[in-house]
Amino acid sequence: MAKKRVVSTTINGKSIELLCEPRQTLLEVLRDNLDLTGTKEGCSNGNCGACTVLMNGRPVVSCLVLAMEAEGASLETIEGVAQGGDLDPIQQAFLENAALQCGICTPGFIMSTKALLTENPNPTEQEARFYLAGNLCRCTGYDKIIRAVLDSAQRRQAALAAERQHS
Amino acid sequence: MATANNDLRHTNGHAKYKVIGTRPVRHDGVDKVTGRARYGADIHPSGMLYGVVLRSPHAHARIRSIDTSKAASTPGVRAIVTNKDLLDPGNRMVELGEGAVNLRHLNHNVLAADKVYYRGHAVACVAADSIHIAEQAAALICVDYEVLPCVTDVQAAMDPKAPLLHADLFTEELGKIGTKPSNIAKHFRFEKGDVAAGFSKAKFVVEREFKTSTVHQGYIEPHNATALWNPDGHITVWCSTQGSFTVRQQVAELVGVPISHVKVVPMEIGGGFGGKIRVYLEPIAAVLSRKTGAPVKVVMSRADVFEATGPTPGSYMKVKLGVDAAGLITAGEAQIAFEAGGFPGSPVGAAAMCVFACYEVPNGKIDGYDVVVNRPQMSAYRAPGATQAAFAMETVIDEVCEQLQIDPLEFRLKNAAKEGTRRVDGPVFPRIGMYEATLAARDSAHYKTPLTGKHRGRGVASGFWFNIGLKSCCTATVNADGSVSLVEGSTDIGGSRTSIAMQLAETLGIRAEDVVPAVVDTDSVGYTDVTGGSRVTFATGWAAYEAARDIQRQLINRAAQIWERKTEELTYQDGGVSGPNGLRMTFQELAAEVQKHGEPVVGRGAVDPEGCGGAFATHVVDVEVDAETGKVEILRYTATQDVGTAIHPSYVEGQIQGGAVQGIGWALNEEYFYDAQGVMRNSTFLDYRMPTALDLPMIDPVIVEVPNPGHPYGVRGVGEVPIVPPPAAIANAIYRAVGVRMQELPMSPPRVLKQILAAIHTSSPRH
Ligand code: FES
Ligand code: FES
Repeated sequence: MAKKRVVSTTINGKSIELLCEPRQTLLEVLRDNLDLTGTKEGCSNGNCGACTVLMNGRPVVSCLVLAMEAEGASLETIEGVAQGGDLDPIQQAFLENAALQCGICTPGFIMSTKALLTENPNPTEQEARFYLAGNLCRCTGYDKIIRAVLDSAQRRQAALAAERQHS
Repeated sequence: MATANNDLRHTNGHAKYKVIGTRPVRHDGVDKVTGRARYGADIHPSGMLYGVVLRSPHAHARIRSIDTSKAASTPGVRAIVTNKDLLDPGNRMVELGEGAVNLRHLNHNVLAADKVYYRGHAVACVAADSIHIAEQAAALICVDYEVLPCVTDVQAAMDPKAPLLHADLFTEELGKIGTKPSNIAKHFRFEKGDVAAGFSKAKFVVEREFKTSTVHQGYIEPHNATALWNPDGHITVWCSTQGSFTVRQQVAELVGVPISHVKVVPMEIGGGFGGKIRVYLEPIAAVLSRKTGAPVKVVMSRADVFEATGPTPGSYMKVKLGVDAAGLITAGEAQIAFEAGGFPGSPVGAAAMCVFACYEVPNGKIDGYDVVVNRPQMSAYRAPGATQAAFAMETVIDEVCEQLQIDPLEFRLKNAAKEGTRRVDGPVFPRIGMYEATLAARDSAHYKTPLTGKHRGRGVASGFWFNIGLKSCCTATVNADGSVSLVEGSTDIGGSRTSIAMQLAETLGIRAEDVVPAVVDTDSVGYTDVTGGSRVTFATGWAAYEAARDIQRQLINRAAQIWERKTEELTYQDGGVSGPNGLRMTFQELAAEVQKHGEPVVGRGAVDPEGCGGAFATHVVDVEVDAETGKVEILRYTATQDVGTAIHPSYVEGQIQGGAVQGIGWALNEEYFYDAQGVMRNSTFLDYRMPTALDLPMIDPVIVEVPNPGHPYGVRGVGEVPIVPPPAAIANAIYRAVGVRMQELPMSPPRVLKQILAAIHTSSPRH
């Protein structure tokens, strides 16, 4: 067993130092070392997207990132999406559109949707389908997920517009 | 790609009901969108050890010996178990809710005894301080195998010269046990009327052969189990399962303790579709915990999930159908052979019961064969067996319709099974909605819109699934603030907490939001069968209805005491108790009042209902085939279904959409590739290609409601039947697009292209 290393990173806005083995993936460290189990494991080889987190704002499959690569990075996981006790519009849209059945894929979809809407605040259905093709869902047939994503975009726009009016 | 959608999202409510038919946010929703919901793999009891299973690299081999000494001496390894650590429960059958299992076979499947029957078969398991130590140690276990020839194909396995899997397996041939060992575990037959006479009346007879590949349920969450065996002999198991009580029973049998010594805590479950009923890891985790005194968690890798759990059978089928000049079916004959995997027990019986069930078939004969092959033990998958059978039957019907020159939906309307129709396997249908579901398809905007364009075609197909009843229990406690805490034992895979709570709310005349549902462990609720067979909203919903009725009775008694009236003078209506002279207390008022004096109000419901209504679906699909590559694109998809009563329409639509898309995956891409050594070559999500968001259009569900007379709110099961029609509907669409009849699943690009090229060579194609 190789010696454990210290990794300094930021998770959901909190800077932390963690101890991990060089061979541990970010997914394993999030789930097993830090008990951030909202990030799910479906395949551990990059094919399902259940483990998606944002690393410096970009979506990554955390099963293919070594924890040591998180040194100095800023990470966001599903646990950091709701702010101050309020759900994010994406989460609200997933709930109201019944976009989850078993819910195991949901954290990954929400993280990918967050990244999509940052890159492209107003995606078409086709753009949403393309962007989310790396996230597998076996329960929903994607219909309600895609609707929730398009609905999220509208909610975010509305929230931004309201904010602008306020200031 | 986007199509007009019959979006029902904004329909609100049902003419007859206040709560049923509305679309409240599910009770467990916030936990699931914030990552707080705890699934099986998410728990870490303190002091937990990690288990890793060693699996067979061979498809068929005898185990001469297992040497664990090297592994055991690895620092950090705490225990190793093999089949010797399980109890042999004997050669007995038990019912698991969606199919029965032989306990000895279950034991040998959990950990191989003297032989391994498929690549990936579990042989031993190591518990260690970390997953990495356990992995390294598992690799140090030496298993001495005598490799045997293998057979993975169902037809090949039926050949008397095929390698034999079980020396003690004798064919049960039409009820009699044979004398020579064989891979055919069972041959059974259903018959009705006079088949020869039926065919002699036919003007057209079509007979075709079909093959389908093994497919996996493909849930995103791998199997997992964590167990703690306490020194007092009591075991706690945390796992993701469709049935906590069936896990309790299986664990108790395999480790040799009474069921009351096993507590199963059902964690949230990341999909099951029939594949999370049988145990794989739970007994292993339990015996490892007994040996170590610590909680032990075992989680499968994705490759383990593919190679060693669940898939549903590949098949070989032959269907023959006779139709008279008026377009009525005169006779049908089917032979269906299913892969059972390493041990007997495929869902071929269900396939045989479903194959002709959509239609009035006056004369019929169905033969079923259950065949062992060197593949993992097959499991239920959403309407188990019905999808394969429908692929055969519904494409034969399409050929018949072409000969008759009749619209395929008109043919289905003409021949639809209805109340009073006797299935070939015996049962007589009560009120069912095959006709209505098909009518909805014919009248859909989709079917009425002509499809144009090169290499495009439209196909239709129907499907049937029985649905099941079985046992369910609920307890409902009235709280002083006018809410109800609802305790239930059905694990919630797709919003059933809410569909159950809504039936309680409807009965009491309160809001869905005033019910607080909880899925609890096996010590905390009455016996409840699996979440499967499309039964939860039907049966557990019924238990909730009974619990609510019980509360009504108790509240009437209490109101009678308060008002000093006889109970016969009072009724429960519109969310409260009413009596003579305008006496009235609402549920909320009574809830507050009963808290002050007297015993708490707790309702109980325990049911084992008969009368589950069969489910019928008819699907319409438009495809475009790339004639250069054979790739099929789904352009538009409409799925109609008789659901009885839609309790929560969004989740009903979700079941229809999800089932249809699993059927699309089965139709177009999904299959197990085995090499000559019986090794699966595509055990990743990259190579076992399930549909992604990019592969699909929106799926338009059309909810048809023919209330089930066998349920207080008319509920039928919903979840399973939508997977049944897609492969046949798509095959029929491909034919209309490029003129080739596909008789093998999946209809992947190479297969479709091969047919297109063959058609070009033998004749000029249709288009
Ligand atoms: S677990 Fe990382 S992509 Fe599947
Ligand atoms: S909701 Fe179950 S996998 Fe997406």
